[in-house]
Amino acid sequence: MPGKEQPSDQTPPSRADVKTVMDGSEIDRSLTRIAHQILEANKGADSIALVGIVTRGDLLARALAERISAIEGEEVPLGKLDISLYRDDFMTHISPEVHSTDIPFDIDGRTIVLVDDVLYTGRTIRAALDALMDIGRPSAVQLAVLIDRGHRELPIRADYVGKNVPSSAQENVRLFLEEIDGTSAVEILRMEPGDRPSAAPTPAAHSSEGGDA
Amino acid sequence: MGCFPHKHLIDLGEYSADDIMTVLATAQKFKQVNERRIKKVPTLKGFTVVNMFNEPSTRTRSSFEIAEKRLSADALNFGGSSTSTVKGESLADTVRTLCAYKIDLIVVRDAHAGVPYKVAEASGVPVIDAGDGKHQHPTQALLDLYTIWQHKVLAEGVPFEKLHVGIVGDIGHSRVCGSLIPGLKTMGCEVTVVGPPTLMPARPDVLGADHVAYDLDSVLPQLDVVYMLRIQRERLEGAPFPSLREYSLLYGLTRERDALMKPDALVCHPGPINRGVELDSFMADHPARSVVLDQVYAGVLVRMAALYLLLGGQDGFDA
Repeated sequence: MPGKEQPSDQTPPSRADVKTVMDGSEIDRSLTRIAHQILEANKGADSIALVGIVTRGDLLARALAERISAIEGEEVPLGKLDISLYRDDFMTHISPEVHSTDIPFDIDGRTIVLVDDVLYTGRTIRAALDALMDIGRPSAVQLAVLIDRGHRELPIRADYVGKNVPSSAQENVRLFLEEIDGTSAVEILRMEPGDRPSAAPTPAAHSSEGGDA
Repeated sequence: MGCFPHKHLIDLGEYSADDIMTVLATAQKFKQVNERRIKKVPTLKGFTVVNMFNEPSTRTRSSFEIAEKRLSADALNFGGSSTSTVKGESLADTVRTLCAYKIDLIVVRDAHAGVPYKVAEASGVPVIDAGDGKHQHPTQALLDLYTIWQHKVLAEGVPFEKLHVGIVGDIGHSRVCGSLIPGLKTMGCEVTVVGPPTLMPARPDVLGADHVAYDLDSVLPQLDVVYMLRIQRERLEGAPFPSLREYSLLYGLTRERDALMKPDALVCHPGPINRGVELDSFMADHPARSVVLDQVYAGVLVRMAALYLLLGGQDGFDA
């Protein structure tokens, strides 16, 4: 059951099982570099829009949008995408919670930079691409992730990567962010057998969304 | 939030305030799907849903069918005059036959109260009651609660606990009441039922409403939501009913009664409206008060939410 491995966000599992692979300042520097890379590859910010995948990717997308507008001096369209209706594991995924999609601009003809926290099997990105295509027809879609942990099950790769973190399938790689968790870090922890890899729990809802990032 | 704690949607009285809010919040999330160019998501791809309508219904069935299609479920419409019961097959045999098609959920409408329970027992799959006799009509109540939530709780910031809802009309023959009153009470609303004594059940107290009234004009000034029931001519069964004109004079919501109502009171109606009987055109089309078409839209949203929650919760149900 998602969330089981972490009974409460206040009391993480014993520290011996947890390894911090990125701290707050490393995350900051990675995001700044990715912002520059996005601008370089797209020759500026004119045709791009950022779309983050809830529940952590949307916050990273906002952080990237802030950096891009600080560099270029112009606002980048920003949206968030919920993929719960596009998952391929609806039958086995027991949390019925649907988050909201909010893309307040026309994506037709734009270059969409999808943003997620951890790239793992690629199934979330597959679902996000389907969801995006049902909303409109972007001219191109690029992918930015903070962590690439390997173990891809689909032919999907990221265009911008904060850090490659080799991990085993028995581990969970999670991103904590200052805005919701009080502190920013990327952690690896071992999972109990039967647990699903999942995003860090959101304190408000105590739910886990988007397991196989 | 764990998995949804119900397998069926038959008796809304079994749903807690949290369960109802889960349905309403999920319904709200489906708005986005219904308001874009491609009004369809692949969520229920491969699921087969049977719409077993043993009693004629166009609106409820259409609403379910649209909800099923927008979630990519395959819908089979079964029933009407061609039902096997006409040929002498028992209900249980009919349901077992349907199940042999390997179906995943049954939506059932029937003229007899209690049929959805029988269908649930015989089929073993999730069942949604789309109206059974004078018993319940839970998706109607959920869409009404959704509409009230959107217009009163979210838009005006008035919590359910501070709302006084009046249900007016043919209380005795209404299955809408059977689900709506328990639903409103679960959410904490004050509920008054109003109607002519001849159209009240013999024991109006068992309905669960806080007050029973027979004079609309004296109740109207207190109501935040005025819920007008349809006069179901096909269900009156020779009840001592005055003329439609007399009914409209005493219990119809008309332009003349507008001044008696709170300035921000809403007018709901489950449809189809008998214009000139329970509502006049002034009220039915009132731009600020009438939320009748919002209710129709809410019907698609809550039915999508019910299908999603009942089918999605399946695997974790026994866990």
